[in-house]
Amino acid sequence: MAKRTALYDEHVRLGGRMIDFGGWDLPVQYTGLMEEHLACRNAAGLFDVSHMGEVHVEGPDAESFLNDLLTNNVSKVAIGQAQYSVMCQDDGGCVDDLIIYRRAQDKFLVVVNASNDDKDFAWMREVLSRKGYRCTLTHESANYSQIAIQGPKAAEILQALTKTDLSAIKTYWFAEGTVCGGIPAILARTGYTGEDGFELYVNWDKAPDVWRALLEAGKVSGIAPCGLGARDTLRLEMKYPLYGHEITDKIHPLDAGLGWVVKLDKPNEFVGKAALISAKEKGITRTLVGLRMLDRGIPRQGYAIHDAEGAERIGEVTSGTQSPSLKQAIAVAFIPKMLSAIGTKVTVDIRGAKVPAEIVATPFYKRS
Amino acid sequence: MRFPAELKYTKDHEWLKVEGKIATIGITDHAQSALGDIVYVDLPKVGRELKPHDTFGVVESIKAVSDLYSPTAGKVVEINSGLINDPALINRDPHAGAWMIKMELSGEATGLMDAAAYEAYVSTLK
Repeated sequence: MAKRTALYDEHVRLGGRMIDFGGWDLPVQYTGLMEEHLACRNAAGLFDVSHMGEVHVEGPDAESFLNDLLTNNVSKVAIGQAQYSVMCQDDGGCVDDLIIYRRAQDKFLVVVNASNDDKDFAWMREVLSRKGYRCTLTHESANYSQIAIQGPKAAEILQALTKTDLSAIKTYWFAEGTVCGGIPAILARTGYTGEDGFELYVNWDKAPDVWRALLEAGKVSGIAPCGLGARDTLRLEMKYPLYGHEITDKIHPLDAGLGWVVKLDKPNEFVGKAALISAKEKGITRTLVGLRMLDRGIPRQGYAIHDAEGAERIGEVTSGTQSPSLKQAIAVAFIPKMLSAIGTKVTVDIRGAKVPAEIVATPFYKRS
Repeated sequence: MRFPAELKYTKDHEWLKVEGKIATIGITDHAQSALGDIVYVDLPKVGRELKPHDTFGVVESIKAVSDLYSPTAGKVVEINSGLINDPALINRDPHAGAWMIKMELSGEATGLMDAAAYEAYVSTLK
């Protein structure tokens, strides 16, 4: 049976349509994907992301261990700061993408994707065993609930429930404080929607109190609980990668447009570094682009991309949808780098029809 | 959820309204609700001959793609082309305004459920 978050009863009460997602019973939508998506863009959206995995990394070698494990430079992360990063296999393929939060000089919270939680923890232990690091890993996923409040009204709504001065927390920084009159929380200005907002980490059992309080406090502002459907369309409008789509264990981060978090010049021989240097020397030949459909049809994962004439197959869609914000079908796709200039015309094979599309600048959605 | 009594239903969640030799076909309230916000529809050309279970079109919500299956044998004599530009009508008015095709039946439509049987069938899917 699928696992349930602490908010399961809340979802059912709100009319959530529950589906199995990575072994978790979660709402794909409540009232409707479109409505939820637009509520997040225009007011605020509330997301249960308690299925995400959490790992504590603690000890004098925590920083050097994470620098050996991850592609980004952990030494640049100050206490109170967060960083997006990738964990690679030795061959450079992505184990997962993740966020680290530095809570003290020698104490980190690492947040990974739900569907990879156990795999990631096993991989972290494997890498830890390669050297005599003075640090411990603790799998904390069962102890953390995570609630994301995202959207232009998110900060205002959350501020009413915490004494922490949210205006002092910059994007990709966090504070440790309390919410709802004394519930300890990590208040992180991070998210997966492209909107301003926060991700709150609280004790597993405290999630219902926080969830209900946020919905109540946000009512006048137009807050909406948002399901996995809206979470996906919101991230796709920003071209944020999703594991299993833009990144997999067969795709390395340089191909996936994540070169900005791969620090080949940091001193550590991080896992996958040699493979990524070799890939870079051979030359990166493909890239992830944004596509806008020029005719009717919705591109979906796995659909083939052909050249403008529809003659030669040149790539494949990794994610696609009808964008609720843009009222336009969009996709992210792998295509050869030499064919990736903005404005290039291609076709997408939709059930046998070669439908014209063009490469456009991303993110698809720009906050006004 | 609505299950109009004057319609017949299939396990693929299409409804039929049979008047003489002509059957009007669409997808059910249950189907549109399960799909969510519908943003795309493809319909066949007028004149196409369909056998039972032939795919005659596609309906897509933001998240999902779903084929449309012919409930019976016949020839497409009319399509609701207004749906192409307003697929969300399928969410708003699935049993009437958002009819999809009209078919001239080549025989008796068989194996269909009445409203009570379809409602019972839907309740087994939860």
